[in-house]
Amino acid sequence: MDRNQSHRQLAAMKQSLFDQGYLDEQFIQLEELQDDANPHFAEEIVTLYFRDSSRFISNLDQAMERNPLDFGKLDSIMHQFKGSSSSIGAQKVKAECTLFREYCAAENAEGCMRSFQQLKKEYAVLRKKLETYFQLAK
Amino acid sequence: MGSDVLRQQDPPYSSGELHVLAVDDSYVDRKVIERLLKISSFKVTVVESGTRALEYLGLDGQKKSSIGFESVKVNMIMTDYSMPGMTGYELLKKIKESSIFREIPVVIMSSENILTRIDRCLEEGAEEFLLKPVKLADVKRLKEVIVKGEGKESGGERESHKKRKRSEDCSELPSTPCSSVSCPCDPSSSSPSALSSKKYRLLAEVEQ
Repeated sequence: MDRNQSHRQLAAMKQSLFDQGYLDEQFIQLEELQDDANPHFAEEIVTLYFRDSSRFISNLDQAMERNPLDFGKLDSIMHQFKGSSSSIGAQKVKAECTLFREYCAAENAEGCMRSFQQLKKEYAVLRKKLETYFQLAK
Repeated sequence: MGSDVLRQQDPPYSSGELHVLAVDDSYVDRKVIERLLKISSFKVTVVESGTRALEYLGLDGQKKSSIGFESVKVNMIMTDYSMPGMTGYELLKKIKESSIFREIPVVIMSSENILTRIDRCLEEGAEEFLLKPVKLADVKRLKEVIVKGEGKESGGERESHKKRKRSEDCSELPSTPCSSVSCPCDPSSSSPSALSSKKYRLLAEVEQ
């Protein structure tokens, strides 16, 4: 009975992550790459993503301290961050990356700062939600 | 050359697994492409840069001992476009300049759907241009392409097979005019309709 319950909880949580736009189709693609020999592939990639992208965040933090901002450099870091986010299906994070890059292109420092704050929030929220999701999936 | 032992690529269709060299500077993407390829029954080597790829292929200009040197056997190369240092496009050019590897299909992957970029890669001889994130369906389709390609005996036959396939694709497309800027008139490269069919397929994918 416990198992059925956690299955339902898991399915409900997954549905809500999609409904609320945190995740997109690419996440399903990752889960489809799982098999008996690699049952946790999606979780492994997501873990890798959060570990790897913390480096982007700290690079961005540093670069955002500069005055004036080096929009080229910011854009370049964000391009990589966006790519990784896209690869795990992190839809909202990816959208914030896109927005940030638009502000970079327009050389809008204020916009970049706002967008970066929002990005960090989305990133933190996603991390929490996925931690919970994978806990449930165990 | 001459007495150097550079073996020709053996036809792999007789020997089981196809080998793909994947190149991407993103750690996450390397893991994903590796999995996509392995699950599709490819043997995979993944490297993080164009420079490392050339080293692996023996195209980095390092002097190799002439005794017992065999060029590595690769059936397809998949490379990210935007990489620091050497871009995927530059890597593509180097591969196409090499007498050993120029027939190997090179697939470019990019997160950005930029028409001029796609054109440039296809004109330089890329087999395919894939939008990231790459899907299992993309890899499965590539496998069919290589397996069919490798099944032909001569390079000439393979070329005409590619052209024939492209013109089949073309007939299913809406008749949108091909822009003269992007379509080469050079008959030795893919036909204009081949390039535009790839382009429109990519655009159609993005518009979904």
